[in-house]
Amino acid sequence: MKILIENGRVFDPVSGRETETGVFVKEGVIAALEAPEQAVDRRIDAQGCLIVPGFIDLSCHVREPGDDQKGSIASETRAAAHGGFTTLCTSPDSSPVNDSGAVTNLILDVAARTGAVRVLPVGAITRGLGGELLSDMAGLTNAGCVALSNGDRPLGNSRVLRRCMAYARTFGLTLFIQPENKALAAEGCAHEGSVATHLGLPGIPEVAETIAVGELLLLAEETGVRLHLSQVSTARSVELIGRAQARGIAVTADVAMHHLLFNESALRGFDSRFHVRPPLRSEADRQGLLAGVRDGVITAITSQHRPQDPAAKQAPLAETAPGLSTVETTLGMGLRLVENGELSLPVLLAALTSGPAQVLGRTPPRLDVGAPADLCVFAPGETWTVTAASLLSTGKHAAVLGEALNGVVRATLCNGKVAFVAGGDD
Amino acid sequence: MSTSPASDRHIQLNPFGQLRHFLSIDGLDRNLLTEILDTADSFIEVGERSIKKVPLLRGRTVVNLFFEASTRTRSTFELAAKRLSADVLNLDISTSATSKGESLSDTLLNLEAMASDMFVVRHAQSGAPHFIAQSVTPGVAIINAGDGRHAHPTQAMLDMLTIRQHKGRFEGLVVAIVGDILHSRVARSQVRALLTLGAEEVRIVGPNTLLPRDAETLGVKIHNDMRSGLRDADVVIMLRLQRERMEGALLPSEREFYRQYGLTTEKLAYARPDAIVMHPGPINRGVEIESAVADGPQSVILNQVTNGIAVRMAVMSMAMSGQLAERQAAAETQASK
Repeated sequence: MKILIENGRVFDPVSGRETETGVFVKEGVIAALEAPEQAVDRRIDAQGCLIVPGFIDLSCHVREPGDDQKGSIASETRAAAHGGFTTLCTSPDSSPVNDSGAVTNLILDVAARTGAVRVLPVGAITRGLGGELLSDMAGLTNAGCVALSNGDRPLGNSRVLRRCMAYARTFGLTLFIQPENKALAAEGCAHEGSVATHLGLPGIPEVAETIAVGELLLLAEETGVRLHLSQVSTARSVELIGRAQARGIAVTADVAMHHLLFNESALRGFDSRFHVRPPLRSEADRQGLLAGVRDGVITAITSQHRPQDPAAKQAPLAETAPGLSTVETTLGMGLRLVENGELSLPVLLAALTSGPAQVLGRTPPRLDVGAPADLCVFAPGETWTVTAASLLSTGKHAAVLGEALNGVVRATLCNGKVAFVAGGDD
Repeated sequence: MSTSPASDRHIQLNPFGQLRHFLSIDGLDRNLLTEILDTADSFIEVGERSIKKVPLLRGRTVVNLFFEASTRTRSTFELAAKRLSADVLNLDISTSATSKGESLSDTLLNLEAMASDMFVVRHAQSGAPHFIAQSVTPGVAIINAGDGRHAHPTQAMLDMLTIRQHKGRFEGLVVAIVGDILHSRVARSQVRALLTLGAEEVRIVGPNTLLPRDAETLGVKIHNDMRSGLRDADVVIMLRLQRERMEGALLPSEREFYRQYGLTTEKLAYARPDAIVMHPGPINRGVEIESAVADGPQSVILNQVTNGIAVRMAVMSMAMSGQLAERQAAAETQASK
């Protein structure tokens, strides 16, 4: 398949430079940054568009294996391609939990057969994510896991955590840990602050996260493990991580896009879509997270996509399943931050491309000749309205449902194949 | 940052600004709250007649949906509905459908299919009545009979009625609410109602473990000490203390709580001499309140029970007429097309 993307501007997130040029894709790689003399099979008009490396999501739930009614690798990778993503790191909290090479192989097999974009499984750090026994970390890595994680289950036992780190360090593995102190978070479902106080919702205090961050940083320093903190939600966490980085500790962090765009007040009126874990925090926290992204303390923005079936969100708020359907709107939500002057476009795009690549220990993706053709073509100035019908994900509970978003993705190529094209039949 | 009164107003009122659901005090203005109190006043007289009935809800079906057990509140709602001539169905959901795995939405849709006009809902989760009104059965009037820690608006309004009967006004009043504010839906609704009706100062009094985070954003003054909390108060409201609070490491013991925050004759002396003492009940004598105070001349606790039926009649009849006005308008729009 020979594809020519023409009339667009290539954007390099590393240098922040834009170049007006065509992209010629042949046999899965970028063959030239100009129109070829030979005939092409397909032309994609990128008039008014930026051509950027495909986005890399460090935390995405595809619900396979186990939760067919909430999504599948087929449905959620298509949704991801619609959102401009070409690489998804999938959370281990599937059913069964991804704690063995067999489950990893299953995920990779299904992804190879039905996936529209690249799937990189993340393995469980403990067996069954039970928080007690070490998983076969080296075996999981050999099977294809790119990191090991606790998913969304807090690790209650510091001794187990310390041993996980020491063991992972033995093999040079990266841990993705979502920091939460189980006892302090307890049965909470909203940030412990003024909105939870008004609505009478059980709160999750800020310290439920910062105590866990402090513990993780100290243990990472002691064991020397490569630690990546997933979905930090408080300004104070950013401060703690920044200080640790300044001391030379090998720690990185990401934030979910919805934590950058929304604060606790989204829960007003008991809107169960915004029941997310960790909870949406105060405006000061949101500002702290944005500053963390601008300063580079937080290097990646994730979708933290968690598709749910309608029934899971149809109940009184505390009884609903947490999570938003976000992978298709992450780019548009980010562009809204750019419009608001809260992030610059180069910082946003870096946090979706080179930042997560760095966390995965890979070279930053660039659209150079010879590079794999993983790319996204989007029109930053074009608007679309987010409706249930417009979403390819099984989960329709987008944060911006019914709203107009800038940034229409015209095409997404993964490994030189068209993963998504607007109005197309691919 | 507060809850969005605009959205609460929107959901509780029909396009003509009349009550159609009664979910929380948030978003309701002073005129509407006063209208509830005035309507309740007119129903008190009904309770004094030999035939205690008015036909306002004749032919209407009211379903009491109690997902959390409560004999007292349920009986007053039942009595209120019957005095309005409604057909009443009492469902104790905690022991029926949901325990068989039926979802809340399915249970409610089934009940709606039985031509119910009004659901009186009590639920252990904050926001359950909002959820029902918004997503499940918008055409049925929803009356919140207490949801989680969020709101108990009919209890708050009956307390307002009691205060108005004794003080004749809200302007200039200093009200102290004492005890477990953190878990109290009653306190949240009382605070909002008092501030909307024009009370000068609302204080919450308790130990830090029983006060919600950022409580000052509720518009109240926070006191840890009974002496300062009760000083010159016109109204003292004591809240019920649940046994579980000791198990959850929020309090050491009932005895220590009583020593610090129990309302005794000595502590009541900090308040104004004509201060009234209220309690939403049921009372834990010797835990929140001394018997001598509960039964004393300043106590209006029994009064509150009588007012409960009148306030619930007022809210039910107003919400029903708001629903009917909306249905009629919709039918007329349909006909004119």
